[in-house]
Amino acid sequence: MKQFQYIHPTSQTAVLDAISKPGSKIIAGGTNLVDLMKKGVTAPDKLVDINSLPLSTVNTGPDGLHIGALTLNSVVSENSLVLDKHPLLAMALKAGASPQLRNMATVGGNMMQRTRCAYFYDTAMPCNKRTPGSGCGAMGGYNRMHAIFGTSTQCIAVHPSDMCVALAALDATVTIAGKKSKRRIPFTDFHRLPGEHPEMDNHLAPGELILGVDIPDNNFAKNSYYLKVRDRQSYAFALVSVAAGLDIQNGIIKKARLAMGGVAHKPWRLFEVEKSLEGKTPSEDNFKAAAQIAMQGAKAREFNAFKLKLAPATIAETLKHAGGLV
Amino acid sequence: MPDKKPVTPTGGEEPSNATRRDFIKQTSLLTAVALTPGTVVEAATNNMDEQIAAALEKLPLKMEVNGTPRSLSVEPRSTLLDILREQLDLTGTKKGCDHGQCGACTVHVNGRRVNSCLTLGVMVNGKKVTTIEGLANGEELHPMQEAFLKHDGFQCGYCTPGQIMSAVACIREGHANSEAEIREYMSGNICRCGAYPNIVNAIQEVKAGGQAV
Repeated sequence: MKQFQYIHPTSQTAVLDAISKPGSKIIAGGTNLVDLMKKGVTAPDKLVDINSLPLSTVNTGPDGLHIGALTLNSVVSENSLVLDKHPLLAMALKAGASPQLRNMATVGGNMMQRTRCAYFYDTAMPCNKRTPGSGCGAMGGYNRMHAIFGTSTQCIAVHPSDMCVALAALDATVTIAGKKSKRRIPFTDFHRLPGEHPEMDNHLAPGELILGVDIPDNNFAKNSYYLKVRDRQSYAFALVSVAAGLDIQNGIIKKARLAMGGVAHKPWRLFEVEKSLEGKTPSEDNFKAAAQIAMQGAKAREFNAFKLKLAPATIAETLKHAGGLV
Repeated sequence: MPDKKPVTPTGGEEPSNATRRDFIKQTSLLTAVALTPGTVVEAATNNMDEQIAAALEKLPLKMEVNGTPRSLSVEPRSTLLDILREQLDLTGTKKGCDHGQCGACTVHVNGRRVNSCLTLGVMVNGKKVTTIEGLANGEELHPMQEAFLKHDGFQCGYCTPGQIMSAVACIREGHANSEAEIREYMSGNICRCGAYPNIVNAIQEVKAGGQAV
């Protein structure tokens, strides 16, 4: 690992000042960053440890449930407010990583984690995300784990998070601090598609800091489910995952929220599927029909064509669990 | 047992007072000395010498390891795992994958189990660390260590320190209530010998015994 300078500022102002300089990177849990530094994928000159900032609270506020950016993934997944109001988020978090990693990983860090595309990690391979303009090893390579939605000619990597899939489905917002001002954006607008700039995973500007996320109140708690399909039963990245929340009143779906993981460069929210389910009864036929809508525009490569079948099947199965049919 | 010194691959005998660990330490040091001047020269030509000087600076690290306060000087890039093994000679904690994928390096920091291979030492400043060496009470093994022996919860033993640290945490966290739950909450510890059924049995026995872990 390349040598670097380590600083541990104790105020938000000092952190924002430190990260405004090129070559600096924030470290929180470090579960992804330290790994990337060991592999030589990233080599910052300076690490800014933000763990002294007071950003690890979970509390109800004017915008729903607020979760500070430094809250540990394990803490969020066991928090009574989260379990009560948004069990979908707890389910997604528990499906991610291992207990040890969840004890280190933070909410903000989870959002900032990089793709696990093997060509991104292997510095001997071309990768437009790691080295813009170098090409993509995955497109003609072993692309079993890769995206089927929203790809570009530059990149077919997927975002690896489970937590983010749930937050995208739950209409969360992200609060971001810059040196001059604070801003809030919908969670679904935080991550971006690769387009011509796959080196950029999200819309966080250089020098900005994630303060936390807010989840508005909803009626999905009773009818939520997160289903993750992977190569082994636990501790593996998703081939396909689905987060579903249904608001069922008198046997009719009033509102639906759905997002998929493992299929795109960002959590893939299924707005059209949600609309198609509203006003319907929670039945297997309706769920299967909805799942087909989700697949419009899907495009597979040599080794990930199985996702074209796996994704709709996972959507239908998740909806059956959320809708109480299983 | 015949008093026979180990034969090295070149056919010679190892010097009697040199261990493999010493050898690795010495060669690492030589590598560091060999590499540093080049880095510094390059940095100086890029007018980055001040930044590099700051980066090469060791930082103080105070932590409590298995109940003993330790005061060290570490590079920012040193992981907790390497500090435990190389600076404190606590080699019970194992380096498996070194990338957070196998769990062999699991230790407790302020009571939470973490992967020490992905933990920078400087970030543990002021915290309490428990390693496998800190579980036993003198000569008396920890109940989980006893249970691993009784149930044959290992074969080669390399993953065992991590498995035991995770197993203790698994019970303390309240995640050892069924076989399925134990398997899920032990999934961060890989055992390539496949001792999983016996590991689960060991954890279930300790949990059922209700002893303080």
